[in-house]
Amino acid sequence: MKRNTIFTIAAIIVLGIFVFVANTTFDSYILRILNLCAIYTVLGLSMNLINGFTGLFSLGHAGFMAVGAYATALLTMPIATKQMNFFLVPLISPLDKIVWPFLPALLLGGLLSAFVAFLIGAPVLRLKGDYLAIATLGFAEIIRVIFTNTQSITNGALGLKGIPGTTNLWWTFGIALFTIFIMVSLINSSYGRAFKAIREDEIAAESMGISLFKHKVLSFAIGAFFAGVGGGLLGNLIGAVDPLMFRFFLTFNVLLIIVLGGMGSITGTVISAFVVTIAQEFLRFLDEPMFPGVPALPGLRMVVFSALLMIVVLFFRHGLMGTREFSWDKLFGIFSKKPLAKGGTK
Amino acid sequence: MALEMFLQHLANGISLGSLYSLIAIGYTMVYGILRLINFAHGDIFMMAVYFAFFGVATFGMPWYVAFILAIALTGVLGMTVETLAYRPIREAPRISILISAIGASYLLENLAIVMFGGRPKTFPQIAMFTDMVQIGNIHIQLLTFMIPVVTVVLLIALMYLINKTKSGMAMRAVSKDIETARIMGIDVNRTISFTFGIGSLLAGVGGIMWGLKFPSILPLMGVMPGLKCFIAAVIGGIGNIQGAVIGGFILGVGEILLVAFLPELSGYRDAFAFILLIVILLFRPTGIMGEKISEKV
Repeated sequence: MKRNTIFTIAAIIVLGIFVFVANTTFDSYILRILNLCAIYTVLGLSMNLINGFTGLFSLGHAGFMAVGAYATALLTMPIATKQMNFFLVPLISPLDKIVWPFLPALLLGGLLSAFVAFLIGAPVLRLKGDYLAIATLGFAEIIRVIFTNTQSITNGALGLKGIPGTTNLWWTFGIALFTIFIMVSLINSSYGRAFKAIREDEIAAESMGISLFKHKVLSFAIGAFFAGVGGGLLGNLIGAVDPLMFRFFLTFNVLLIIVLGGMGSITGTVISAFVVTIAQEFLRFLDEPMFPGVPALPGLRMVVFSALLMIVVLFFRHGLMGTREFSWDKLFGIFSKKPLAKGGTK
Repeated sequence: MALEMFLQHLANGISLGSLYSLIAIGYTMVYGILRLINFAHGDIFMMAVYFAFFGVATFGMPWYVAFILAIALTGVLGMTVETLAYRPIREAPRISILISAIGASYLLENLAIVMFGGRPKTFPQIAMFTDMVQIGNIHIQLLTFMIPVVTVVLLIALMYLINKTKSGMAMRAVSKDIETARIMGIDVNRTISFTFGIGSLLAGVGGIMWGLKFPSILPLMGVMPGLKCFIAAVIGGIGNIQGAVIGGFILGVGEILLVAFLPELSGYRDAFAFILLIVILLFRPTGIMGEKISEKV
């Protein structure tokens, strides 16, 4: 136990040094990719909590991210930028004068997103399986349609530009670590066990005295909170948000990450968030002309990724990690050849 | 609002509703037999439009040859999707099948972007369908009348197929219980494939008429109609073909009339279907025509 704590602290310090070095030496392109990796870790974990651990097949992630991204952007933009953005219809009254620091804005974005999830979840979580998937997908679409039409709050289809680029490696990796910490604690608590029980068998869980409704809404709202925070980070990283950003495509990306990593594994999600995000950048050459004389095929990269999702589901259903998790004990178990009976691990 | 305006909107609503019905039947048949939302259905519909487009515009075929070829190709495509994406994991957990369906849908969309280009194309206008007729003070495309007629004819043919033929009997048996149907000597794989084929054929017909009615076509055009038609199938009671038709008409007519009478809400047009879905799922989860199913423990 002591040894594991020391190793965890050491790993965090190493990560801190890495972030410090990365921040000063790497160019902006690599920094952008690393930031995206960490943001997708947050998003993947939040979706895995809902889909992987609680077994609720929700496809509403883009909607929650949109709520978080818009809230954070509107709260952090300087007043002058707001006036430049809202030239068609002025921004409604209290929002046009307040400017908050990044952290409270991010938190409020997350809370707002969780609140929306609570409002949506209360009626929708009575549904199961496919119906839940379509209903949540529908809600994400409804949120997008509302954001396109509420000109005086979200600037409609024009979106928001000139959002301060506060997001940097410290923020993204810090929040990713915080998310991992919260998720691990949550999964290993009585709530986490209740979530898993619901995933395995709802009726059995209910007869063991687990309140289905309470736990489902809780999982949904916590997932939405982190989705909102991730959306906020993404908005302030890119510097602009508009309703088209939050189409189903975004949910698909996060879904790809959790399926590849293993539904129900925190470790798997973290690994595959990095792998998928980096691969998406490095496979950009597929969209460029590859051979002289052959015209470029824009979109080929996404063909590869949708085929990848299908191959994973068809042939490697459990993804990279299944429901297994990383632990120091297992890592050392590989090196020490102690037999099981003498305290070695599998 | 004058009566003529109302009639004009109603005619448009009915023809849109017919298109929704044709696509919704594909969803409801597949759901009835496999308990699966065929997410790729909307994209199969999109492919049908492109097949017809290339037949007429690129290869210069007469429209009837091109349309029949496109419809046949669409049926083959539907069966291919079933064989590749759904058959290998038919016994897997529901979530895996759903993810595979989403993957298939996304793959088709992106393949379409690569093969056909992301820019909108214009579907050829065929005078026989797109000419305007004048009744009183109303100007209406001929197509607006043809679509419901074609839909009704196809629906009658489909009901005959399902209720009177051997293949239809096999489909009904498989939808009740796959294992028992297999014991009775029904080739389950072939029947499921056949179901996908029929559903896709209907989507193909719907797609071509859609292309004639709304000529701007692009690779992502199948997404919204796909979702809406699934909603139509749920509203009518999923698994029930008459229900899918009723749901399609409710959705089509409702959408057109909403935009016509409350123009200030027209921006929310796409949200209308989803709100209707949530309301139906909360108050009558089995839809209008659906039967109550109790959960087996």
